[in-house]
Amino acid sequence: MQEKKQNVTIKGRQNGLTLLINDLCSFDEALAELKQVVESSRPNREDPIVSVNVELGNRYLTEKQKEQLKQIIHEGNRLAIDTIESNVITREEALKWKEESQVKAIHRIVRSGQVLEVTGDLLLIGDVNPGGMVVSTGDVYIMGNLRGTAHAGANGDRQAVIAAAYMKPSQLRIADYISRAPDYETTGVYMECGFISEKEDKIVIDRLQVLSHLRKDLSSFERRMQNG
Amino acid sequence: MGEAIVITSGKGGVGKTTTTANLGTALALMDKKVCLIDTDIGLRNLDVVMGLENRIIFDIVDVINGRCKLKQALIQDKRFEYLSLLPAAQTSDKTAVTSEGMIKIVEELKQDYDYIIIDCPAGIEHGFQSAIAGADQAIVVTTPEHASVRDADRIIGLLEQEDMARPKLVINRIRNHMMQSGEMLDVDDIVQVLSIDLLGIVLDDDEVIKASNEGEPVAFQPNSKASIAYRNIARRILGETVPLQSLEDDKGFFKKVKKFFGMRS
Repeated sequence: MQEKKQNVTIKGRQNGLTLLINDLCSFDEALAELKQVVESSRPNREDPIVSVNVELGNRYLTEKQKEQLKQIIHEGNRLAIDTIESNVITREEALKWKEESQVKAIHRIVRSGQVLEVTGDLLLIGDVNPGGMVVSTGDVYIMGNLRGTAHAGANGDRQAVIAAAYMKPSQLRIADYISRAPDYETTGVYMECGFISEKEDKIVIDRLQVLSHLRKDLSSFERRMQNG
Repeated sequence: MGEAIVITSGKGGVGKTTTTANLGTALALMDKKVCLIDTDIGLRNLDVVMGLENRIIFDIVDVINGRCKLKQALIQDKRFEYLSLLPAAQTSDKTAVTSEGMIKIVEELKQDYDYIIIDCPAGIEHGFQSAIAGADQAIVVTTPEHASVRDADRIIGLLEQEDMARPKLVINRIRNHMMQSGEMLDVDDIVQVLSIDLLGIVLDDDEVIKASNEGEPVAFQPNSKASIAYRNIARRILGETVPLQSLEDDKGFFKKVKKFFGMRS
């Protein structure tokens, strides 16, 4: 009898082990074989914990299947799953992904007492009036007057920026940083942006042009993807 | 078929009632049939400003609760045949006026009157909601102060969610010298923030207080500044194009020159 092709392959890489699971066999088959492989190499207690990257190829796993997988790998082993990678995602996930990575263009005036919340980047064509608030998980771009409060990177993205055609905010918030307008009366500034300066550990406001140096990846798709 | 206009502001004390009384009077002066409705239950004062307090027998709550007919509750103005007032109740609970009740009253009044002007209570609660329920259009009154502009903005936001024409703005109590020296918000600044059409501006005029204490709306006076302003607003409501005269004149260079030479404009 011809020897069966291995469904589970282990490779050692710089950042730990990589488990390649063949995407042509059934999930149960793969699981059974994985169990064998894992059990054949019971480590000692003193061994260091090894991180594992699981690569699934073109196989889609449901959350439940992922749990099963994790259980087998973790059981009695000094292994920790770092990532589970798959080439495929569901349609639903893809749509959500698209939604989150899009720049949302909205034209309206955010008036006092109103809150506009979006996932992803916000492009507001209109004003944010005093007492109004815009919140986005990504960047906030305002083609109008920012007189109220803007919160960018609401889920914790410190790289997010707030840009406005006219900037006279009552508060700027980026991730967990908050800055407020000074107590004395000021005139606003045109075409400026707010971002977190790591050097000063606070939100600073500067000309829009500095963004091209500071955030080179501003428009990259990858960065926007992470904001979801 | 008449048109119902609600006068609102959010903040109290900016001149909703004064505006209602004077717009009503100004429209009546132009031979329109006008009915004023006071919806500020418990704090009625439109009747005082109009000088009709002692004629009240029934009020709006009586109409809604069916204690009297709408026609019985209407008070005819002492100066005009076709200027009427539906007074608010002074004793009833604030929730006595419902949105449905208001809509019914306004619809009935629309048959007989050209303009129904509704004086809205301050705030954004029940009273506000029912006051705007029957209106086709809203006029937002503000003064050149941050607090009142902020509240006006809030109100405009709420009105935009309603099914009615875009609200229009009246800036009340403008003090020229303060606006010129920059101590007060500029008309342009206010319009820019609120970004709705400006219907008119009214200068702060001692005559307004004097007149409302006498129960004679200032719009009756022939040449006081506020009176002209209110009549201009009324003309704009009727569709005329009237330039923002008072502001242009008073802010203009010539005025300053005249002032400099001690001349009166």
